[in-house]
Amino acid sequence: MAYRWKTDLTERDVTPEGAWLTRRGLMAGIAGAGIATLAGRGRAAEALEPNTWEEITTYNNFYEFGTDKTDPARHAGAMTIAPWSVRIDGLVDRPADYALEDILSRMTIEERIYRFRCVEAWSRVVPWNGFELADLLEMAGVQSGARYVAFETYLNRDEMPGVRFPVLDWPYVEGLRLDEAMHPLTIMATGIYGRDLPKQNGAPLRLVVPWKYGFKSIKSVVRITLTAEQPPTSWNKANPREYGFYSNVNPEVDHPRWSQATERRIGAGLFARREPTQMFNGYAEEVAGLYEGMDLTKFY
Amino acid sequence: MPLGPAINGAARRVPVWAVWIAGLAPAAWLFWQAATGGLGVEPVEALEHRLGELALQLLIAGLAVTPLRRHLGVNLMRFRRALGLLAFTYVCLHLAVWLLLDVQTLARVWEDVLKRPYITVGMAGFLLLIPLAVTSNDWSVRRLGSRWRRLHRLSYLAAVLGGLHFLLLAKGFQLEPLLYAGAILGLLALRLRLPRRQAA
Ligand code: HEM
Repeated sequence: MAYRWKTDLTERDVTPEGAWLTRRGLMAGIAGAGIATLAGRGRAAEALEPNTWEEITTYNNFYEFGTDKTDPARHAGAMTIAPWSVRIDGLVDRPADYALEDILSRMTIEERIYRFRCVEAWSRVVPWNGFELADLLEMAGVQSGARYVAFETYLNRDEMPGVRFPVLDWPYVEGLRLDEAMHPLTIMATGIYGRDLPKQNGAPLRLVVPWKYGFKSIKSVVRITLTAEQPPTSWNKANPREYGFYSNVNPEVDHPRWSQATERRIGAGLFARREPTQMFNGYAEEVAGLYEGMDLTKFY
Repeated sequence: MPLGPAINGAARRVPVWAVWIAGLAPAAWLFWQAATGGLGVEPVEALEHRLGELALQLLIAGLAVTPLRRHLGVNLMRFRRALGLLAFTYVCLHLAVWLLLDVQTLARVWEDVLKRPYITVGMAGFLLLIPLAVTSNDWSVRRLGSRWRRLHRLSYLAAVLGGLHFLLLAKGFQLEPLLYAGAILGLLALRLRLPRRQAA
């Protein structure tokens, strides 16, 4: 089931090692893969110039390590990520604690360059490495009664200074509808730019759902549960008026406290113009069908 | 209370212009840092937040002057006007960053002021500070007489609105805005208690 989704931009097998860490280096790699393919590229790909390693790893939301954008990079180092296992349970045929090595030995890691849009109206482009969530769920065997997938983040009070205060109801939990979880765009990421995922970005294993606000893409996942009922999600519990279960990127539905019509691109600098936000973060062609007939102002 | 006289003695030797320089230096430093990458990969947000925090801290410092004198005998009265005007300066810079670098379009400015309570509250705080800043000079103090003191009680409300603005914009349940709100309410409470104590 791997490689079910592709943009031209992922065809850069020839990226020279060491050129990964700068945007310019990356673009050189793409040029090496053949400028000719650029011409026929669709809208989804044209603006996808990945942010630099620094831009991706020094400005993060991971409230378990503090609410400042720089807190995760400063404090996440204390998190123990090996050994790591993921409990997959609920409505599955083979519920178990799956060791990360075992999972990785059975998955196909590929590169996905995705736009990432935070609910706080900033965005960036990240070259993830990871595998399709659908493959992982199939490994555990999804039962016919399952309708939703619930996720849970690692929690350790000794390693996470941010959980001393109840900013949210810990542990952090998230959820998807089963068809969203099985969608080819939905991946479990294990790396960025071909390197291991940094802890502040959700090491060793995190969800990435590119058409939803970033907080749906739960980090450092320790548990995945298949359920019949819609599972609770952290931000929705904290403030249901501001954060819905779906949280699809939608420029027409504002967050009560700020507009979602435009976004600020990380790394664009002090005087950059805001950019218009795209419906489903630019992935409407792929995912709009999942929500046909739904009133997205009601199911925000 | 040996601390009071010691501080007062030291404070007497500090010229008011030094407070102005020390107060404005962070703004210059922040803008420089923002322009040169020192505030990280999202300088607009960092600048907006740091200026807002400094504005609130200066408002609180201004509110602390009277209780410090009454309760601890520390007299920083000479610096109060500078503290207030510096707070106003930082609110203006905070607002300017929001307008020019963050939202960028006037249409959205209005929309935000009307639609978003934390912006409405912040804007109300800013508007209240304008008459205070305009009358923060010797001439106005003389002209307004006793009305000057009444007018400048608006600074209490402005600080409360600033604190409320921070509470409203925080995501999740956070400690920092609660500490600021606590400081503001505490400093105001010290004023309320005073008449009762003197009467007793
Ligand atoms: C008395 C006046 C004001 C004070 C004391 C004040 C103070 C603050 C403080 C302390 C913060 C939070 C900084 C942080 O999170 O670290 C903040 C954020 C902010 N303020 Fe103000 N502010 C004032 C007026 C205004 C006005 C007039 C506006 C715009 C109309 C404004 C817009 C904002 C915005 C947009 C944020 C950031 C919100 C976010 O990123 O979620 N503020 N302000």
